[in-house]
Order: sequence, then C-alpha cells, then structure tokens
Amino acid sequence: MSAPSPGLKGLADPWADALWRVVREGSEFDAVDMALSALESGLDAEDLILDVIGAVQARVGAEWAANRLTVAQEHTATAINDRVIGALAHHPGLRSRSTGHLGRVAVACVDGEWHALPARLLTEVLRLRGWQVDYLGAQVPGPHLISHLHRTGPDVVAVSASLPTRLPTAHATISACQATGTPVLVGGAAFGADGRFARLLRADGWARDARDAAALLAAGLPGPSLDHQIADDLPHLADQEYTMVARSAPRLVRETVAGLIERFPGQPSFASPHTAEDVAHIVEYLATALYVDDTPLFRDFIAWTAGILEVRGVPARVLLPALELLGERLADFPRACGLLSAARDGILTGIRGGDPAGLRVSGLEEPA
Amino acid sequence: MRSSPERHDHQGTATTAASMIDAAPYPVLLVGADGTVGRVNPAARLLLRSAEPGMPLADAAPGWLVEAHLGYGDGSPPARGPIGARTFEAHASRGDDGSEVVWWLVDDTDRRLAVDALRVQQERTDFLAEASSRLLSSLNLDRCMRVTARLAAQNLAEAALVIAPSTGRKHPIAYCGPDGVVVRDELVIDPAELPGLAEALQGFPPVPSRWIDPATAPAWLPSAGLGQIGAMVVTALPGHGIPAGALVLLGGSARSSFSEGEEVFARLFAARAGAAMSAARLYAEQASITQTLMRELLPPRVSRLEGAELAAGYRPGGPAERIGGDFYDLHPAADAAGESLIVLGDVCGKGLEAAVLTGKIRNTLRALLPLADDHHLVLNLLNGVLLNDDAHARFVTLVLASLRRVGGSLELRMTNAGHPSPLIVRADGRVETVESKGTLIGVLDQIKSQTVTVVLAPGESCLLYTDGVTEAKGGPLGDELYGEERLCAALEQCAGMPGQAMVEHVQMLASQWTGHVHQDDMALVVVTAPRGAHLSAVGGHGPGRFTA
Repeated sequence: MSAPSPGLKGLADPWADALWRVVREGSEFDAVDMALSALESGLDAEDLILDVIGAVQARVGAEWAANRLTVAQEHTATAINDRVIGALAHHPGLRSRSTGHLGRVAVACVDGEWHALPARLLTEVLRLRGWQVDYLGAQVPGPHLISHLHRTGPDVVAVSASLPTRLPTAHATISACQATGTPVLVGGAAFGADGRFARLLRADGWARDARDAAALLAAGLPGPSLDHQIADDLPHLADQEYTMVARSAPRLVRETVAGLIERFPGQPSFASPHTAEDVAHIVEYLATALYVDDTPLFRDFIAWTAGILEVRGVPARVLLPALELLGERLADFPRACGLLSAARDGILTGIRGGDPAGLRVSGLEEPA
Repeated sequence: MRSSPERHDHQGTATTAASMIDAAPYPVLLVGADGTVGRVNPAARLLLRSAEPGMPLADAAPGWLVEAHLGYGDGSPPARGPIGARTFEAHASRGDDGSEVVWWLVDDTDRRLAVDALRVQQERTDFLAEASSRLLSSLNLDRCMRVTARLAAQNLAEAALVIAPSTGRKHPIAYCGPDGVVVRDELVIDPAELPGLAEALQGFPPVPSRWIDPATAPAWLPSAGLGQIGAMVVTALPGHGIPAGALVLLGGSARSSFSEGEEVFARLFAARAGAAMSAARLYAEQASITQTLMRELLPPRVSRLEGAELAAGYRPGGPAERIGGDFYDLHPAADAAGESLIVLGDVCGKGLEAAVLTGKIRNTLRALLPLADDHHLVLNLLNGVLLNDDAHARFVTLVLASLRRVGGSLELRMTNAGHPSPLIVRADGRVETVESKGTLIGVLDQIKSQTVTVVLAPGESCLLYTDGVTEAKGGPLGDELYGEERLCAALEQCAGMPGQAMVEHVQMLASQWTGHVHQDDMALVVVTAPRGAHLSAVGGHGPGRFTA
C-alpha cells in the first residue's frame, strides 16, 4: 500500500477509497494505521471523520443493499470504522482540541436503533468543535436517557435514528426529553431526507448531517415549549389504525404468510422463514407510516424492498400478493388501505416502466 | 295654560325630562351647542362642585370630559377619566333639540379596581402555572436555579439572584439581570454580610422576607445591568426539610420598594422554586449514591488479556435497569506464562436483587483466583458459599474459561456449570458447541463438573453468552424463541469477524428478534485468537506501520 496522493476530487476521497479497501478486507489494524497516517499527512480531523470514515460507512450500506456485503460483513466493517474513530479520539492532537468550552451535549440513539455510527461521528465532530459530549451509544432506553439529562443537565440532547420504524419510539423520546426542559436536536435517515418527520414530531431542531448539527448547535437551539401536548402532535392517531396494526402485527404476519402458502402451493419459497421476516418488515413499515401519516414512507420502503429483491434475483411482483392479503385483512382501515394501494401502484408502475425495481436502488440507506 | 296641545306636550315632556334628570342617581350635565353648561343635576353638583349652569364646560368639568365633548359625535364610545379620587365613565346622548349633549357620568372605580385586580390575579396564576411547569420539568439543580432566577427577574423584579446552600466552601449562585441572561457561578461568600441571608439559607425556623437597605449590599452581590439598586428583598426558598437556598429580588433605581402584594406573591413563587430545587438536590444525591453502589456491579471494561482479543456486551432486561442478574468478569494472568480467567454467568432472577448477588459471586471468584487451575474446586467452593448464604436463596449458572497462549493459538480450558454451551466459530465458518456438562451452583450439596480444552487457531473465536440471547422471544410471528439453532446459523456467517462486531451482531439479532419488547438480561463475551504476530505487536494506537 502506498499513501494515496490528492486527486481531483479533493484531499479526502483518495483516503476514503484506500480505507474502504482495508475495511472491506476486514483488516482492523490496517484501517487504524491508515486513519492515523491520513491525520499525520495533514488531512483535517473533521474531514477525516466525515469525508473518509463517514464516506466509507455510506459505502458499506450501499454495498450491502447491492448484495455485495452480507449483514455480518456489514457489521464487521462498521465495527472497524468504530474502532478507527476510537483510535482517532485517543490521538493527542485531537484530544487537545476537545476543550468542551462551548457547553455540554448528550448524544444518543433512539431505543431499538443499533446503527450507532452516525451518532459516533457526530460525537467526535462536536468534541473537535469544542463541546463536551456524553456519548450514550446505540439503543438507549428512554428512562436511561432521561435520568442522564436530570443528572447532567446538558444544553442540548442530540437524538439519532436511522430506521424510519424507530419514529414512534423517537417521538416518545423527543417529548420525554423536552419535558425536562432540554432542547432536542434530531438527525439520521429516519427523519426523512427533508427532515419532515423531525418537524412532525416537534423536535427543536433537525440536522441534515454532522456539520449541519454543529452549525445549529453553535447558533443555539430554542428551548422546547412547555405548553404543547404530545397528543396534539398527531391528531390522525385518533382513528386507532396505528394502534390496531401495531398490536396485531404478529397475527397479521401469520395470516399473511399462511395466505401466501395457500395461494401459491407450488412456491416453496413462501414457506421459508425469510418470507415471514419480509412480511413482518412490511407490517412494521405500514404501522410506522400510519403513525406519521405519510404515504411516501411506505411506498418508498416497498419500492426499496422491490429493488433489494431484484438485486437478489427475486422479481418485485412477489410483493403484490402480500400487499393484497394485508389489504383484505385491513379492509376496515381506510388509511392502511390507502397506503397499501399506493405501494402496489408504485410497484406496478415500476414493472410497466421497464424498471422492475420501481425505483432503482440508488440511495445508500433505507429510504426515509 | 294650554295654548296648544302640541306645545303643552313639548313643555310637559321637557319638564318631565328635567325632573327625571334631577332625580337621576347618576351625575348628569347638559351642555349646549355653544359649549356652556345648561343643566347640572344635584348628583353632578356634588361631584363637580364648581359647576353652574351658564358657565363654559371647560370651567366646570375635568379636561378629559371637555375633550370628549369637543370630539363627540354619533357613535363615539364612552369617555373615561378621573374626577377626584374616583374614576368615571361618561356616556353622552343628544338632547331633545339635537344640539344639546347630555353627559351621564357613571362611577366605574370599583369595577375598574376589580378588573385590575382580576387581571393581576390572572397574570399571577398564569405565571405560577408557567413557573410550576418549568420548575417541575427538571430534576437538575443547575437548571432549576437558572429557571428560578430567570422567572423571578422577569416577573417579580428587575433582577434576581438565587443562592444555593454551600457545597464545601462555595455557594452556587444563579443571577439573572434585566437582559434575561442567566449567569451561573460559584462564589465564596459570607452569608452574614447580607442581612437575612444566613437565616434564609438555614431554612428553619421559617423567616419572613427581609427588606434590605440597598446601601448595605455586599460587594460580591452581582447586579449587572441594573445600575443603582433601588430595592432589595431576601426570601428563603423552603425545601423538603432541607434548605433549598435563598432568593434575592433586586429592583432598579426607579423602584424604591416592593409592594406587599408583590412580596406575598414572591413567597408563593419561592415555595414552588424551593420545592423544585430541593427535589433536584435529593435526586442528585440519590443518583450519586446509586451510581457509587452500582459501579461495583457494572460489568468491567474490556481490556486485552495476554494473547487474546476480548469483546463483551451487556444489556439489562428492563428499560429502566442498568444492572441485572447476568454478569461477566475478566481476570488477567498474574504473569505472562499464567492463565487468564474469564467468567460469564447468570443468577436466577432479574433486577437489583439479582445484581447484588452477582457482586457477591464476582467477589468470591476473585478471592478464589489462586485456585483457578482447578475449576472444579473453585465451583465447589462457590457452591458452598451460596448454599450457606441465607440472604439469597438463589442459584447461578456460569462458565469458567481459562486462557493460555500456545504459539499462535489460544488454548481455552472451559468448565460449564449448568449454563448454555459456549460456541466456537472456526475460521471456515463451522460453528461448534463446547460440550461440557455440569450442574448449576447453589442448589445441590455436591456438584458435578467436567473441564474440556479447546484450541482456537488465529482468527477463530469462542462466544460465551447467557440465555437472554437464545430465549429472546419474538420473531416475525411474535411468539418464537430465538434459539440456539438460529444463533449457530448466524454465527456461521461470522467467521473471521472481529470480536466486537460479533458481539454487536448477536446483540442486534436478538434485539431485532424481540422487537420493541425488552426481555431478559443479556451478556456476551467473545474471545478471539489474534491473527498473526502483527496484532500483538501493534496495539492499535501506535504510530503508523502503514507505509509500504
């Protein structure tokens, strides 16, 4: 290996390519060495964290979606990236920059969210910029976070969520944090590329990425308003559709899988555990879309699933009977039926348009 | 005399109107088109003593009424203003001939006072409601002090200072000036220098608010943005049996005192602020006690043992728990030739009580370390300790693993006491179960155990886990156990994976399996034989080896 020279794309990109190669090989120590070399070669620490490590992590997600990495390999790559950040955080040159004089921030992932790397990247960027950061990690149960806020009284709590299905939990977490008087900054793919779910769930701020988050914190977030009632945020929940679908999810999955097996007796693949998992995912996204009352969320998830299936050699139309069976079971739920038919139309449009995936897998993460 | 019925009628009506005006219980003034006073009824005469018919209105009535008369037109709203010590509402109507204006004066002093009082009460209620919700929202003392200072400065005075009881030599303070900016500080102060402060900080016996001559304000008293202090009052913040601190209200030079109403109201506010601050203080004390006690029970940080890479993960069951009945411990070898010991176990039960027993077991095992060459002996002694422990009628399952580096490989001596079997992930992706059966500890007088030895080639791993992983209940259908079979199938994909990634991967799979439901505690340790000499030579934090 030789140290990459700066190319036309900027200083960071060659390092990102090089780091990707060693991460792909699963070579933890080479990855750490390379990151430290990048730092010593003069690459700015923040650029290293976001444009090298962050870029490699984005590529990990994309490669997984394109079926070029297994979930286990994705985990390996993520763990290596995490180790690299850990090593950088101990580097004397970076530690000396972490003065903590700007104030205190708590960074946590919503409960159930195990994609911790975005929060980790943010943590290090904020430390570099002069914040004292308490990094609470992945899957932080709400009560832990709240007692942390009471004990430490940070200026802001930053909450990260990658999977849209964490949005109901995120809503509870946001309101609980705000009830302590702490402003909540949210970020991560779950809140939508345009941050619309951050606004819907009444977060005090939404950050597109770590740099955006740092800028928002520097400008100062307004405090949460105390007169708002969480029940007013989502008036559509009054129809109970979310509650019913979420509560009866296992039964919906069981009945849908049974229906698929009955309808397609010649298809042994429907009896495989993967079918139940796929249907469970669909139901989970359906419930989430009902919670936030957002059709694109569900439609894009189905299109994304169709794309993943195509990449794995399964035709997108296998999703249609599952959507149909769910629609039959949820016939009394108008919002759910609307979501299911929008998703079906999305797949059909994709098939007719010669783009079998509906929307080709172009993004890096699951849709939000 | 009746010269004409019409005239008679007109005269009669005018007379009736005049007598009615005279008899009216309200002061009434008739003002002619030329601006002179026509008629003044007795009630008006009592009120406007100088008013006489024929004089210009300007001489008879206060300026605001004169102004209202000059501006009067149809549809004008009633005018309002003071006469003497009272206030009046003046309603006008046209006289009979259309050029006269009749002014009716209605005394609205009491109503206005009531309205003002109501408004003040409403504002105070709103303020107290806001103060309560702001103060109750936080259990953080620092935040409570800031909120108290800001609310007091913005609603009760021009500036406010909150002084908390001392922590050591210094008193934490929060000051909010007229600009609304709160400053937190720690000051070395002598409370005796500010009259009333020492008593207020003691909290008991209860002391009334104390007026202070601003001239006696000590030098340390912050007053930024206030200029000259015009008035100053010290109020105790009553706590829950412990003093919560004192509130000093500061008025600017334009204010020479606080009214009695303001002072009473300040005490209402102080009661709420004091309750919130003392609750926050109690919470902080309790949290710190819990943290100190819990520190011993938390799983240890994973460090590298000689010749082995280690990774571990721990997740207690309940969402509010930090510790539980699962535990692991790592004991490095005393010397390079010796064996390191890893323990992973599961006390029956959950929560704090189970966690306390894990602490005892970990301490006992630490004491038994010198005997760790003989796993059976260690387990036997632990069994005796638990059987004799009357306080805990509980049992434990655990795995002992002694590690030794042999060349590039890692030799593990493992003994299983009623625990789920450890799993080996081979370099080629095969997953093997470590078959070592033994009885659980703390139930039977005599235990059985069997120690087996396995060897990990470089890059191979051994996973120790608790049943929180395999007994995770959920899955797409909601009621299946995750099970050893699924775990093994998942591990087959994990050949060559770094230990930490393997731990996180299994944790993720189990928590995905259970969905939103929190279940049993879960503890995992992965021991990996390092790949190649490079790994032990470069600690991971050294300077770059990456050159060629």
